[in-house]
Amino acid sequence: MSVRVAVLAFPGSCDDRDALRAVGLMGAEPVRVWHADPELGGAAAVIVPGGFSYGDYLRPGALAALSPAMGAVREHAAAGGPVLGICNGFQVLTEAGLLPGVLRPNAHLQFRFQDVALRVQRESAWLPGMVAGDTLDIPVKHHDGCYFVTPGQLEELDAAGQVLLRYVRNPNGSVESIACITNAAGNVAGLMPHPEHAVDPLLGSDDGRILLQGLLDQAVAVEAVA
Amino acid sequence: MKVTVTVRPRAGILDPQGEAVRRSLQGLGYAASDVRAGKVFDLDLDVADAREAMKVAGRIAEQVLSNPLIEEFDVAVQESVAV
Amino acid sequence: MSTIESTPSLHRSLGLTDAEFERIAELLERAPNDFELAVFSLLWSEHCAYKHSRRLLAAFPTTGERVLQGPGENAGVIDVGDGLAVALKVESHNHPSAVEPFQGAATGVGGILRDIFAMGARPIAILDSLRFGELDSERQRHLFARVVEGVGHYGNCVGVANVGGEVEFEPAYENNCLVNAMCVGLLPVGRLQSAGAAGPGNLLVLYGSKTGRDGIGGASVLASQGFEEGSEAKRPSVQIGDPFTGKKLIECTLELLDNGLIVSLQDLGAAGLASSTSEMASAGGVGLDVDLSAVPVREAGMEPFEIMISESQERMAAVVEPTSWDAVAAVCRRWEVDATVIGEVTENGRLRAFHSGELVGDIPVETLTEHAPRYDVERERPARLVDEPSGAGEDPGTPPEAALRALLAAPGVASRRWVTRQYDQLVGSGTVVRPGGDAAVVRLTPSDRAIAVSLDGNGRRTWLDPRRGGMSAVCEAARNVACTGARPAAVTNCLNFANPEHAEVGYELAEAIGGMADACRALGLPVVSGNVSLYNEHDGRPIPPTPVVGVVGVLEHAELAVRTAFREEGDVVLLAGAGATALDGSDYQKVILGETAGRIPEPDLEAERALHAFLADAAGRGLLRSAHDVGGGGLAVAVAESAMAGGIGVRVEEAPDLFGEGDGRVVISARRADVPALRKLSGPVPLKRIGTVGGGEIAVGPARVALADATDLYEGALPRIMEGGA
Repeated sequence: MSVRVAVLAFPGSCDDRDALRAVGLMGAEPVRVWHADPELGGAAAVIVPGGFSYGDYLRPGALAALSPAMGAVREHAAAGGPVLGICNGFQVLTEAGLLPGVLRPNAHLQFRFQDVALRVQRESAWLPGMVAGDTLDIPVKHHDGCYFVTPGQLEELDAAGQVLLRYVRNPNGSVESIACITNAAGNVAGLMPHPEHAVDPLLGSDDGRILLQGLLDQAVAVEAVA
Repeated sequence: MKVTVTVRPRAGILDPQGEAVRRSLQGLGYAASDVRAGKVFDLDLDVADAREAMKVAGRIAEQVLSNPLIEEFDVAVQESVAV
Repeated sequence: MSTIESTPSLHRSLGLTDAEFERIAELLERAPNDFELAVFSLLWSEHCAYKHSRRLLAAFPTTGERVLQGPGENAGVIDVGDGLAVALKVESHNHPSAVEPFQGAATGVGGILRDIFAMGARPIAILDSLRFGELDSERQRHLFARVVEGVGHYGNCVGVANVGGEVEFEPAYENNCLVNAMCVGLLPVGRLQSAGAAGPGNLLVLYGSKTGRDGIGGASVLASQGFEEGSEAKRPSVQIGDPFTGKKLIECTLELLDNGLIVSLQDLGAAGLASSTSEMASAGGVGLDVDLSAVPVREAGMEPFEIMISESQERMAAVVEPTSWDAVAAVCRRWEVDATVIGEVTENGRLRAFHSGELVGDIPVETLTEHAPRYDVERERPARLVDEPSGAGEDPGTPPEAALRALLAAPGVASRRWVTRQYDQLVGSGTVVRPGGDAAVVRLTPSDRAIAVSLDGNGRRTWLDPRRGGMSAVCEAARNVACTGARPAAVTNCLNFANPEHAEVGYELAEAIGGMADACRALGLPVVSGNVSLYNEHDGRPIPPTPVVGVVGVLEHAELAVRTAFREEGDVVLLAGAGATALDGSDYQKVILGETAGRIPEPDLEAERALHAFLADAAGRGLLRSAHDVGGGGLAVAVAESAMAGGIGVRVEEAPDLFGEGDGRVVISARRADVPALRKLSGPVPLKRIGTVGGGEIAVGPARVALADATDLYEGALPRIMEGGA
């Protein structure tokens, strides 16, 4: 029985196709969910993918956060289902209030594509087999990836262990080099780097598989309990 | 009713775009000590009166047009000119 | 219909000559009205009609085994095996970019994307070839930065990977920047689309963005004139691109095609509806009735001619059968793309435009396309051309090491990472070899097959010898592709030249095309598409002749792609090919000797062909650890680049010619044990061992630079110039 993973698609999403492909390569069953659909097609896990939903108009992710499909994602998350937001997906999740903080324009005001090293902050179901201090190589490609939270929220995040990955060399000015965070419950994660572009050694690193495996593992765990 | 919503970065929030504009202005010889970049939305709402317009625009501004973490807004009903 | 005749000089202000105006009246058998005159002025402009170049372009070979579609459609298409085909085209957006660099570059990308998916192909790669003046002026740095931002803005937002291109800096481009954008798309052979309208009674559907006043008097008219002072007044005519709608347009179009709902398809580019409708009707041998008042408009009070020639972006025209309309509308609705029926296919061979029930224009289609004027260019060999090389040698006052360091840090040679890191290089999950080497390699996922693609030109060298420069541009692009192990398969080209009415430019155009055609024939490469941009000059100062060549090659197994980086200590470094070299026209001559003079060597086309075949054979057998074209900066720079890319040093002892440039040479590396097999495979291709990979230093003959120093110079050059820091 392979895990069903919903990959959302908004007008303007670009890396949805890459995410669907990566899910297939991981041995799971990808299901494309159009933004107007209020249902997740029986999926046990959700990926909100990268791209330029609604052209990044208003604010990146702001319009996508208002779509019917995101309503279904909210319900799924409230029930403990795992949700992974990648790049634009991370932006959508913060705009939807499913993750704290906001993604702002890169400090250098340029779109930046580069391979980055990420340092694991702690053990987590999201990063099976990884311990604090390990590094992952995953590419970033974004214009608005500067993560921001207020100092008070930052303290809470750090204290609650919600920061999973930090940039070894900060490519965008994110506060405390935060690259990946989870919500308080731990079932919703967001990151600017693109694990779906790090699954094929021919194209670069395949460290992205670790995070995707974490998503699948949690989906199986939730289904087992249900 | 025509309403204008102006969205600005919150005081104290780093505004890199405003900063970039400020640097360009200085480069051109203008004595600009600070620049903050915001957005203006002109809404045409189907409501009964100005009070309703302010209320609805305020809700729109809060829920959609601004991100309260980093932005603040103000709302102004446009006076219509009697012909 | 309105019978008001045009005012006598209106045609001149629209860019038509008196003779052209008379010819129009002759063809119509009456005087054209204002609306019709506007349409003719655009369709008969240089940009749309290729008046001065069409006869010369006939020299290109355009057929071949792989060719599914040659020149004449929105893009060329070749068969790449496995039931797959690839569409390719390069186009210029020079004049709009000089006026508004961000939007000019962005809409240039938008336009080339539309040409590709109009063929039924999903765009999978973008490349950009850019030329500016030297970066020591704030204005040039600004242009460069904004153009790159514009290219990135559009390409990143539509989600098509930018995998390559080039940037050249020469004073001659100061007031005439060049922005050429190439796109490659993938399609199953069965989805190949044509623009020719067909089926009288079928509907003409316009879908995409609303129509505004963008670009009225824009691309086509601008492109038929050089620039003078006061070109800022042309700003209101600039087109504004919306990549979000562009992305929706791609997805919507591919879905319409996959559902078999489209009879023919055309994008709206230069001259908007006017050119699309005439091209569709002409290609199909039919007529079209267009109701301009049915066109959704963004601005109130637009006149019929404005609607007809508007260059508002992100619009497509499709001919669909009446029974398909509901399904078409449903697909467009789903993608939130406006779609409107604006006309009908007829049998009368006429383009008839209506507005509010009135006939406003009635033109036989062929007069706009087939009967557009064609001119022969006068040719006069420019006095500056010399027959003999200058005999220049290396500067005795500059130690080779200092020269190498200066070249690595020169804007014309240094790493382009400052540009390419502003582009998404990975979307589509196909980029096997990223920008930074010779050609990019993109896997045709889910197939194992890949294409290699490169876009190259050299204005400085072509200025010294238009014919050899043309040949060299084709050789270089094909060689870059061959360095990845792929077999070059087809060419697209963009010809950037000055005013063809000047005999010296006419000479340059004819000679460059002749050289390119010879090279294409010798290398077995058909030209399947292209673009001509003329009148690139400012206040009478012309640009150098600048042919830009895009080559696509086929690699049967993506995992066999070869990269430019040295791999391991102990690997043997060899020079494949022995093409003639000279300092004339080289980066060394420019950077160290401070001039551009003499004559570039004649490429040996047969040797070039053999070299490319050898590289593909060797790569196919896994014998190449790396391969890198010897280009700007000569052997020393090529070796240094392979070392820096691999993060490993190199010792090249045999290097009599450090900085000379010419075609037909590639630096390769191989495992020691594989060298005998390579020699057996090389046949007539000279193969000379020149050194060994290893150490922390780059040593090429007497020039020695520490790897870390070289990397700092090379990678740091553009960031320091553009941002004052790395």
